[in-house]
Amino acid sequence: MAQPETASPAPNVLADSINMRKIGRVERFLGPEYYRILRGLLTTPASIAGLFLITLFAFIAIAAPLIAPPLPNQNPYKIPRDGFSPDPKPPMTEWRRLPPPLPFWWKPIMGTDKWVHLMGTASGQWDIFYGVIWGTRTAFWTGILITSVTLLLGVLIGTVSAYYGGLLDNILMRIVDVFLTLPFIMAALILAAVLIPKLGRSVIPTVIALIAFGWMGYSRLVRGDILSVRERDYVLAARVIGVKDSRIMFTHILPNAIFPTLVIASLDVGTYVLSFAALSFLGIGTDIGYADWGQLLSFARSWITSLGTYWYIVVWPGVALVLYVLGWNLLGDALRDVLDPRMRGRS
Amino acid sequence: MTAYIIRRLLLLPILLFGVTAMIFGMLQFLSPVERSALYVRDIPKNENVVEGIIRRYGFDQPMYVQYWRWLVGFQVADDEFRPGILQGNFGWSRVGTQPVIDLIKVRFPATLELALWSVFPIIGIGLWLGVQAAVHHNGWFDQAARVFSIVGTSFPTFVFGLLVLMIFYANLQWFPPGRVSDWVNQEIFSGSFRQITSLITVDALLNGRFDIFVDAIKHLVLPILTLSYINWATFLRVTRSSMLETLRQEYVTTARAKGLRESDVVNKHARPNALIPITTLAGFQVVGLLGGVVITETVFTYPGIGSAAAAAASQLDVVTTLGFALFNGFVLILANLMVDVIYGFIDPRVRIS
Repeated sequence: MAQPETASPAPNVLADSINMRKIGRVERFLGPEYYRILRGLLTTPASIAGLFLITLFAFIAIAAPLIAPPLPNQNPYKIPRDGFSPDPKPPMTEWRRLPPPLPFWWKPIMGTDKWVHLMGTASGQWDIFYGVIWGTRTAFWTGILITSVTLLLGVLIGTVSAYYGGLLDNILMRIVDVFLTLPFIMAALILAAVLIPKLGRSVIPTVIALIAFGWMGYSRLVRGDILSVRERDYVLAARVIGVKDSRIMFTHILPNAIFPTLVIASLDVGTYVLSFAALSFLGIGTDIGYADWGQLLSFARSWITSLGTYWYIVVWPGVALVLYVLGWNLLGDALRDVLDPRMRGRS
Repeated sequence: MTAYIIRRLLLLPILLFGVTAMIFGMLQFLSPVERSALYVRDIPKNENVVEGIIRRYGFDQPMYVQYWRWLVGFQVADDEFRPGILQGNFGWSRVGTQPVIDLIKVRFPATLELALWSVFPIIGIGLWLGVQAAVHHNGWFDQAARVFSIVGTSFPTFVFGLLVLMIFYANLQWFPPGRVSDWVNQEIFSGSFRQITSLITVDALLNGRFDIFVDAIKHLVLPILTLSYINWATFLRVTRSSMLETLRQEYVTTARAKGLRESDVVNKHARPNALIPITTLAGFQVVGLLGGVVITETVFTYPGIGSAAAAAASQLDVVTTLGFALFNGFVLILANLMVDVIYGFIDPRVRIS
């Protein structure tokens, strides 16, 4: 009966209460916050599905010349056409006139030299397969271009607005109100219609129009975040030790305020691709035969009564567009959950 | 409250000026000859008259003079007055071969009718979905609703529209596109069908013509379905998170602790407060519908404001497109004002901030 057994664990209570979790190399490199975000993204099923879809489309976009080789000496974004007949042809119809080069994977799989319209042709004999594959490239570069320029513009205006404050802030925010008055698609539609006679039919007028009416949300977001970051103590501390205003703004405040906007915006790629396709669908935008999903879908408009027979002119480009946007939305949704401060420390 | 309304009213002239200035700015991209469509119906084809056009309609005047004239009209010659947009002159439509304002008068009732009918399913079912998802938080309904909401926001209206047309029109022949069938159109043109409100469903009931009513509803089903599903996705999300937030409040716990039935806790205590922030969303969505739903109307060849604007834009008839946009802007500004004021009445917190 010498020692009571309860005495021994006492010194360890403190050590046990501290989380002695092992910190891996990745976590050390990224820091706790970014590590949490990354882990959240890699463990949520939704975001894994989203990442998978985006990677798949990125692969298709990069490998487009291999998957669907374009006609030699021609703009690869121009869909090759097989005649001019308005009646769509079903999938697996043979190429008759000027078939583009056979892709490398066709013969080993099918064992024949005859290149076919893999997904059929749309009204006007545009090959749907080429449109879908090369449309992926269009989707990526228009989406990324529009998002980055919009973001830049929005952040610039939001920062200036929050930094100078007062009258300028008031004027800029009223301009934001004015730009928000018209519905987004309607506004982009009219601007594109005005620009097309000046700039010609191409991707450019639509892109400009979508940028011109897309920046307002980011401006508001950045402005709000800057206004709240500006009140933090470390900014006061910087001011106390006499740091210049512009330096406080760009090295102390902006980096801490911009992150949420940056993330949200980077995942708006899907939304912009959707708007771009919508304008194309309405007949504003690219010249006829340009590989973009919206235009392929617009070919279906003249065949609404016989869509039962010509299902493929809607289904293929439709599926591509939906899956692409879905990928970005899944990722964005998961990211928004992970970034939500109320979720912090729960997972 | 008065201060809030006054503050909100002060914004009105700013917005009106902003939108008119924006549209006017876009008009400046046009050549003077094209811009003459604002004032006359026969756009001159002859190059020699360009000088005359510029001088006659004052396209060489300073910008603010031109803007003012465009707004309130001006005296072209001693005996000739050209009205401005405030007198209802939105210019001459090249594609519609009639004044833009007449086009708007014909098209707006169609958009209004679609919007009015869409409100019920959008708000009713959208709210129900959101409340159910919150009440069964993390249950299968919630998960399903979440999937629906993500897929719904990813599904472009025009793809969805084409798909439902494929199924319900091309294959099943249930719901045709357009606004009414040809025989109804003939009846309307022949004059035996009195048009009172220009809303065909309402007029059909007033005329006691149930066959026409049914026909109009049949044409409305698919556009309403398309508009609904895309709005449900947003509605569901907002309602769900607002409802979850409310269910966490202490007064809800109190209500439960008192021993109230769960249905009473949800329906009488939690829901009314959870719905406050949603009224704005509902308001803006209805307003958005009024603004002409460009894509949905185009897919279903529904003759509203949106499809007209899209058709004019695709034929590069800028004057018509901008006229529609301007009208759209006016409608939206007024409707948003109403939503804001109503919201001020519902939620006292808005008035103070």
